[in-house]
Order: sequence, then C-alpha cells, then structure tokens
Amino acid sequence: MTDDPQAPKQEGRYEEGRAHHPLPEDSMPVGGVNAPVPVAPDATPAVDPRLIVRQEGIAGYLGEFRRRVSSGELGSLPVVLALIVIWAVFGSLNSSFLSAQNLSNLSQQIVGTGMIAIGVVFVLLLGEIDLSVGSVSGLCAAIFAVLDVTHGVNQWVALICAILSGTMIGLLHGFFFARVGVPAFVVTLAGNLGWNGLMLQVLGSSGTVNLSGKDIVSRLYSTIYGQQFAAYGLATAAVLLFLGAALLDTRRRRAAGVPYRPVTDIALRTAVLAIVAYLAAYTLNQYKGLPLALLVFLIFIVVLDFVLRRTSYGRQVFALGGNIEGARRAGINVPWIRMSVFMICSTMAAIGGLFLAAQIQSASQTSGGGNLLMNAIAAAVIGGTSLFGGRGSTWSALLGALVIGSILSGMNIQGLSNAFQFMITGAVLLAAVVIDSLARRTQKAAGRA
Amino acid sequence: MATATPAHPVLALRGVSKRFGAVQALTDIELEVHTGEVVALVGDNGAGKSTLVKTIAGVNQPDAGVIEWEGHEVSIHRPQDAQHLGVATVYQDLALCDNLDVVGNLFLGRELKRFGVLDEVEMEKRSRTLLDTLSIRIPSVRIPIASLSGGQRQVVAIARSLIGSPKVVILDEPTAALGVEQTAQVLDLVERLRGQGLGVILISHNMADVMAVADRVAVLRLGRNNGVFERRSTTQEEIISAITGATDNAVTRRQARGTEGTQ
Repeated sequence: MTDDPQAPKQEGRYEEGRAHHPLPEDSMPVGGVNAPVPVAPDATPAVDPRLIVRQEGIAGYLGEFRRRVSSGELGSLPVVLALIVIWAVFGSLNSSFLSAQNLSNLSQQIVGTGMIAIGVVFVLLLGEIDLSVGSVSGLCAAIFAVLDVTHGVNQWVALICAILSGTMIGLLHGFFFARVGVPAFVVTLAGNLGWNGLMLQVLGSSGTVNLSGKDIVSRLYSTIYGQQFAAYGLATAAVLLFLGAALLDTRRRRAAGVPYRPVTDIALRTAVLAIVAYLAAYTLNQYKGLPLALLVFLIFIVVLDFVLRRTSYGRQVFALGGNIEGARRAGINVPWIRMSVFMICSTMAAIGGLFLAAQIQSASQTSGGGNLLMNAIAAAVIGGTSLFGGRGSTWSALLGALVIGSILSGMNIQGLSNAFQFMITGAVLLAAVVIDSLARRTQKAAGRA
Repeated sequence: MATATPAHPVLALRGVSKRFGAVQALTDIELEVHTGEVVALVGDNGAGKSTLVKTIAGVNQPDAGVIEWEGHEVSIHRPQDAQHLGVATVYQDLALCDNLDVVGNLFLGRELKRFGVLDEVEMEKRSRTLLDTLSIRIPSVRIPIASLSGGQRQVVAIARSLIGSPKVVILDEPTAALGVEQTAQVLDLVERLRGQGLGVILISHNMADVMAVADRVAVLRLGRNNGVFERRSTTQEEIISAITGATDNAVTRRQARGTEGTQ
C-alpha cells in the first residue's frame, strides 16, 4: 500500500495496528456486564432455577397435568370429557345407545366424516380453512358411481379416478390460494358452489346413481372381520407397536445422553392405551367384529400423524402455521407446502365422500350437502385442532368425529327432529370454538402461545 | 504495510451503490469484515443500514459495485446464495415459529433425517451441544418458543444462524427491546462468536453496546461511508458526530491525526 490518503487506507491502517500492536484490550474484558461467564468444560448444562421440573411418578404426573390445564394446554381433555358426558347422558336416556350394536355401527358411521376431518386438520394447521370439502366429497363419490355403474369402468380405475379428482381439485384451490393470493376461504367457498354444480352435471338427469353393493367401495365400508382374533389382534398390535417404539426411543435417547421418558411413564401410557384398545376390541367383538372401514380410518390417522410429527414435510406444515415469514426465511417453499396441504385436504374429502356414498349405497344430488361440511370442520376443531393454526393432530379427527357421531346417533335414537339436531350440533361446534379461543387466551397469559 | 495485511477479508463491499426509484439509498459503500472481528454498523434512521444488510443477505441486488467473498468477487441474487456462501442473517423480528420447540426452530429448514424420518434424538443432542458451547441457558430445548423470554428468543435466533456453520453473522438490532441482563447475554454471545473466528456485523443504535463489543465502527450517513473508526482509539462523541454529521467531515478529521492513532 502507498501513503496515498484514500478511503481504503483506513482499513490498511487498522490492519497494521491489529497485526503489530496487540492492544491490552485484545484479551476479553475482565469486569462489568461484558465479562464472559466462566464455564467449566464438563459443567452440566445449567438449568434455569425458575423452571418447574416435573417430578417422577404418579404425583409428578398429576402436578404436570394440573399445571398444563391451568396454563391452557388442554389438548384432548375437553373432548374426552365431552365424550364421557355425551355417552353418560344418552346412555341413561336409552340403554340401547351404549349397546355393542350401536357402538359398532357408530364406529362405521364416523368414518366418512372422520376422513374428511383429517384433511380439514391439515388445512387448519396452516391457519386456513377449506369450505369446499362437502361438495368435493359429493363430486368424487358421483364420479366413482357414474364411472363404475353407468359406464362400467373397472372399479379400481374408477376408485383411483375419483380420488385423483380430489387431488386435482385441491391443486386448483391451492394454486389460487398460494400462487394467485386469493384468500383460502373465498377460493373454497367458490369451490363449494362450483363443485356442487359439477356434481349435479356428472350425475345427469336421473340425479341418483345406486351402487351395486359388490363394488370395491361398498365392500370397503361394509366388510366386517368376524373372527374374534381380528379385533384383539389389532389391539395387541397397536399396544406392542406403541410400547416397542417408546422403548426404542428411550434407549436411543439414553445412549445419546438427552432426556428420556422414565420406564414408569411408558408403562402408564401403554396401560392406558391397552385399556382403551382392548375395551374397543371387546365391544366390537360383542356385535359383529372389526369393521374394515374403521381399520382403514385408523391406518390413515396413524400414517398421517406420522407424516405430521416425524417428517420434515410435517414440520414445515407446522412451521407455516406458526410463522409464515419465519418459514419462508428458513428456506421452506411456502407456496408448495400450501398447495400440497390443500391437495391432501381435497384428497381426504374424496375418500370420505366414497365412504359416505357406500354408507347410503348411492351417490345422489344431496351427497356432500346438508351439514356435512359443518360436521367435518366441527369434528376437527372439537377434537382439539386449533382454528388459529400450528396446533393439532390427526387424532382430533377421530375424537371429534366420535363426538359428532355420538350426538347424531343419540338424537336419532331419541327420535329428535332435524330441527333439534341442527341446533344442537351448531351449539356443540360453537362450544368447541369457544373452548379453543379461551384456551388460546389462557395460553397467551401463561406464555405458551 | 502490505505485509501487515492478513489474508483477504472474509467479506468486502467495494463501491456498492443501490438506488430505489428517485432515492439513492447507498452510494459507493466500502466495508470489510475479517474473521474474528466485530464490525458495528451504525447510522441514523434512513442512513442505509438495512439496505446494506439486505444487499449482503441477498434480498436486494446492488446496482453498482462488487461484493467480494474471501477475495473473490461473488454475485448474490437470492437469500439462499448468501446462505450457501456462509452469511447468516438474524433479522430484527427473529422469524421464529412460536408453536415449535427450540430444537424445531434451530433446525427448521435443515432438519436432520435418519431413514427419511426426522432424527429428533440427534437434533436434540446437537442443539444442547450448540447451546452449551455458546453458554446459552434455556430451561429446556423441548419447550415452545412462545414460553421463552425476549432475550432467550434472541439468543435462540442467533444460535439458529450458527447451525449452517456460517463465516459471517449479521445481527440486526439484536439488543433492541431487551433488558439489562438480556442485553448482557446477547453481547456475551457476540464476543463468543468473535472468539470462534466468525466475522460479525452488528447493527445497533445503542452506543454503549457498540463500544462494548465492536472492534471497528463503520458509520453510514445518508447512504455514504462517513468514516470507519477503531473502537480503541475513538470516543463515543466522535462516532455520534459522524452519525449526525455534526462534524464537517469525520474522515478528513481522522486522517489529519491518522498517525497518532496507530502509535
């Protein structure tokens, strides 16, 4: 460098000072707020003394439970309570409600709405809504029925066409929402009307297409595995799978030196799962056995729950529900995630629609209409998936569909008119949303949202 | 003197200019960041600090001038380009996901996988190691960000920027809206980043913070360089007068007494 007094000279002078004359301050400051905190190399990770540490054992469980409830992390607690109350009320009004036959039928009847609700859970996780699921389910059922019955297409081809139609519809919704930027509720509200119109067109002049009863969709719905082994085997498999996964996870965590679940904790959870699973299996076996529809529903829940919690795709969905800008800056392809979620939602709506068609053995002009849309969204919200995005699970579709299904079934047994049914279902949905809003407010106050 | 200059600065801006419509936001900006050095970037509102940072981070492209990375000219078109080079930016709004836990946020967008499935155990282990090496104290790495304090969120955001092993970290007002103790924590963290050989660009309005941790202070005024000061041989008053333009020209004043500063 020359002595020419140009601007870069400043840097040069600085470098010289840095290289040749190490100043006393080059060592870290020794006092004041900026002095580094001395940390022994093998010091255990410092735990904030203000943190409430959960005790082990049952007492710790209860304490943790109380703390979570008071800070608004209700999870599936309200819905479980609601289910107990509903079953107790209808059971006391009419003993046939809690009969094995009614509960078995219930487990089949909830599948259609529940499948749609799984898709709604995905959209709700983004903090968005899909108001077209009812119409889409009706349209896809109509596509299957017309292809299979009217045109005599191979039933598998018809099934795949119907489901893929749902996916394509979701892609269209997602495109307008994510790429064009139209609010999701407007896109799907337009879709609600538009797809309903297309369904009427597909069904044609007759308006109703009856299923043969021997096609794949009808068999998916009506098949019941009568052997005692089926239901108990499924329960056993579920319990063993849960236990195995929990033990494996604990072993890996212990080996890696990160906190792990104590064995008592795992035992308690497994016991609760076993009680519920075997009780359900026993009830189903009291009547006809394990319905295939329920099995398919459970498989969808477990697989999609795995996708949400254990894959980076699911993590990205949750991230979008939490902070869109944060997700974008983390390099997540926001439009793609949005479109794919709407595709999943409409696909699940199509699958749900097929089960609903199988339930009434036809695709008609009223398919996907009525309060199906409300029931599906209500099921997802009642089950504990937040309307505000970022919180939820596919299991809420099962719990919520059980609540909605139980109310409908109970009111049917009591012989209540549609007028009362609509009012009560509306009130239940409102209650669920109120609980969600209150829980969120409490979470904010407790610093959890 | 040439022998005294170490290897190329890790990041250098040479004559960078940026224009937005009728506004010349940046004019011939020169800036160098070396490894193991904290450069404070100060200036009044509208001085061009944010525009400069966005230029480095790839959000904006400069109209003129070059960006050099380890001595080579590079072009940064997208934020991803900057990330690939090794520039990590912590924006003022942190951009954390409240509903995800600390581990989820640290690894968001670059999750570790095992058989195609999230490897939670490995991520948790690495998170704890990272937080420990930075002496960050967080109640647990498994609690949602929503339950952390403002200072804890800031250090999590800074820690997240280190996951990709960057060479330069840009901190945009990291101590704004923090209390005394939390500010101290963040400044400690900045010194640890320097200790690990990272180049740090620290944007701040707080002169006390700047004087506490910066090695050099680069002043921007109305989109132009208005002097680069060595922290050890300058005073707060001198920097503030350069920021506000109270002196006719801080650069010439310093050049006038340039020799005595290095003795």
